Amino acid sequence: MSARVLPYAVVLAAMAMVPLVSTSPFYVNLVSQIAIAAIGALGLNVLVGHAGLNSLGFAVFPGLAAYLVAWLSTVGGIDPVTAGIFALAGTLAVSALFALVALRTTGLGFVMITMALCQIVWGAAYRWTSVTGGDNGLSGVPRPGASLLPLERPEVFLWLCLAVLALALVQLGHFFESPLGVALRGARDQPRRMNAVGYDVWRIRFAAWMLAAAWGAAAGLLYAWYHQFVSPHMMAVTASAEVLLMLVAGGAGTLAGPLIGAALVVLLKNLASIWIERWVMLLGFTFVVIVVLMPDGIVPGFTRLRGWLRRLKPAPAPTLVPRERADG
Amino acid sequence: MAEPALSITGLTKQFGGLPAISDIRLDIMTGERHLLLGPNGAGKTTLFNLICGDLAPTAGSIRLFGNELVGLPPRKRTAFGLARTYQILTLFPHETICRNVMLALNGLRRGKWAAWSAFGSQKGLREEALAVLERVKLADYADRQVAQTAYGDRRRLEIAMALALSPRLLLLDEPLAGLSRDERVTVQDVLGEVPADVTVVLIEHDMDVALAFAERITLLHHGRVVTTGSRADIAADPRTKEVYLGA
Amino acid sequence: MTFWVSQSLNSLALGGLLFMLASGFSLIFGLMRVANLAHGALFMLGAYLGLAAVKAGLGFWAAALTSALLVGLLGGVMERTLLRRLAGRTLPQVLLTLGIAFIIADACLMLWGGDPMRLPAPPELSGAVRIGDAVFPRYRVFVIVASAAIALALWLLMERTRAGAMIRAAVDDVGMAQAIGISSSTLFTAVFCLGTALAGLGGVIGGPILSVYPSLDQDMLPLALLVVILGGAGSLAGAFVGAYAIGFIYTFGQVLVPDLAYVILFLPMVAVLSVAPQGLFGRRLG
Repeated sequence: MSARVLPYAVVLAAMAMVPLVSTSPFYVNLVSQIAIAAIGALGLNVLVGHAGLNSLGFAVFPGLAAYLVAWLSTVGGIDPVTAGIFALAGTLAVSALFALVALRTTGLGFVMITMALCQIVWGAAYRWTSVTGGDNGLSGVPRPGASLLPLERPEVFLWLCLAVLALALVQLGHFFESPLGVALRGARDQPRRMNAVGYDVWRIRFAAWMLAAAWGAAAGLLYAWYHQFVSPHMMAVTASAEVLLMLVAGGAGTLAGPLIGAALVVLLKNLASIWIERWVMLLGFTFVVIVVLMPDGIVPGFTRLRGWLRRLKPAPAPTLVPRERADG
Repeated sequence: MAEPALSITGLTKQFGGLPAISDIRLDIMTGERHLLLGPNGAGKTTLFNLICGDLAPTAGSIRLFGNELVGLPPRKRTAFGLARTYQILTLFPHETICRNVMLALNGLRRGKWAAWSAFGSQKGLREEALAVLERVKLADYADRQVAQTAYGDRRRLEIAMALALSPRLLLLDEPLAGLSRDERVTVQDVLGEVPADVTVVLIEHDMDVALAFAERITLLHHGRVVTTGSRADIAADPRTKEVYLGA
Repeated sequence: MTFWVSQSLNSLALGGLLFMLASGFSLIFGLMRVANLAHGALFMLGAYLGLAAVKAGLGFWAAALTSALLVGLLGGVMERTLLRRLAGRTLPQVLLTLGIAFIIADACLMLWGGDPMRLPAPPELSGAVRIGDAVFPRYRVFVIVASAAIALALWLLMERTRAGAMIRAAVDDVGMAQAIGISSSTLFTAVFCLGTALAGLGGVIGGPILSVYPSLDQDMLPLALLVVILGGAGSLAGAFVGAYAIGFIYTFGQVLVPDLAYVILFLPMVAVLSVAPQGLFGRRLG
């Protein structure tokens, strides 16, 4: 086992052992929530951290998958596993359509369009009462249950979530170091150059969008099975914003960041629900404080700190300024 | 006479009704070293952007070895053997010098879509990148981060990114901009070693280097071709002075 | 026939409200490259402040004016203290304006509770008018006329005044505007105040039609975003055309296919973006 994999293995193993240590379902469920949130945050990180596309409608992916699986396995009467497969496929199909719209722009245009897309789906979930149950949502979503894997038990469900999280970490860990992953960051930093050396920037971004959608949908499936209930709130602006906060808090563009951020936000949210009722306001203040205190974001904030520490050691300073090198 | 490498006819580009390039006609032969000359705003870089596809022309045709380029996206033009450098450095700052070139090398290969294997593990890719870096005299710094690299070296990396595509037509937009005298000599050497069958079009304000390099020169002014000819023709042409002195 | 006439008038009224909301958003975006995601929350805050002012005994008109001024003032404070450093930096902008939106929305919920409330129309505009066979509330006619008047005033401001010329120059090229001596600092604050005040005013004017409720911001912001996506950022004409287009599509959608009114909004977005990614009248968003 390489040194890079070890810390992740340790963390996941520790999370998996929580049910063995604590009999309280509260902690088991808390860790499940963290795992599900982390899978979603890992998906959004493909867009925000690596593609440079700041989506404010990420919740549409888990939302679609959760509604699809809930509808298929309750109203549709299909068994949960088959429903899950159809839900994944359906979410990817709709996401591909959305990509045709969202990937027409970048920057703030992308923010606005992704937010609008998510709101449209949210509006459908909220208003199309005959199908979606409206504000009441769909309840009684069955978990897949097999004799081998009794998912109705919280600890077994947690292990499923952790297995999916491990899969996401391995897949994305490889992806970010792959030619396509490097090309994705290239398309973020220098799209013009990427075009000029023969890359199809649109298709690269499309691949990233679909990858984000896939992990978002996986998180949505687990969410629906975990709560056994879906409602429009999971696609509200606050839901998308929470995932964004996980990235910013943990560090966008890193592999471990979304995991750390998911843990922080889920813990904060659970604490907040105990002590104060105003989660939305707390979320708002957190955003404002982050921007005001760390105007470049948390990650560059720490990188800068590390840079200062490194500079305490003598090192040859590279020349960055043109026209100022000494001529021989 | 052979077919020209690059053949431009009737090329016009307007920005909101204002012409930036007007009815340009230009033939450049295979293997030619061609200099685009003209004051700021003459339309030199706009012409490059039209050739490589960053801008779409209002009218006209651009043919590269007989292939019509107008209407094709930049990446398809690259497949026809076109490569360019930018006046403003367009590099990947978070990667090493070598990985920059590897990224460029990958652009025309199918391996660029691989999403599981490691970027550096593709067979022979690194060796090829090092060979390109050798040509621009950067092989010694291959594993240095671009952000940590001196400006003069980055200028040469900019050229390496284009050379990596093994172009048949190379567009160089001010490859000497901001360089010291020593660095200019190095870049001059690098340009001198570009294979003779590669056609090179150059925008450069350093007249000593540019005139030593280019055999033919096109003088642009206000988006129009004033005259095209040999070094001696252009130097002797009274219009050259007119354009530059505004007389 | 009556149906089409009265729903068309409803569409015009909603379009007018959307114009008040989206024109400010669009001007701010075009000038400062800031997407003010708090705009929907400011619209809702305007509605609640107007309601509070009416309850405190002010007349409707005084309440509307007070509310617009307060919201505009808040916008100016936001711009001066927080937003001005963030031009062109997408993620911090998104976080900050969204954060402010959440704070405002939750504060409104805390102060005024979760139940929808009705902001009464001014008594002189109560009752109905007959248009053909259709009976139409007098207040909605006022909204149509008032929003058109505001659109005209904004157009005159942009096209016929020195300040408007400066804004147009700065929308085209901020660097150029600074080079010719336009104080972008004052201009930015002024436009931000104006844009947010319009949102606040829109909230009060819209109150009697839309009623005032906690997720009003979440209903209105996406519509405003759609208006700007359709019309193009930074363009007053774009906001105008986009606002009425969305007004019609949403109103008729709600009446004809009430379940899917939101989904229908997807269609114009797809249609416009596939032809013009920068919107009908806009520069490229990006």
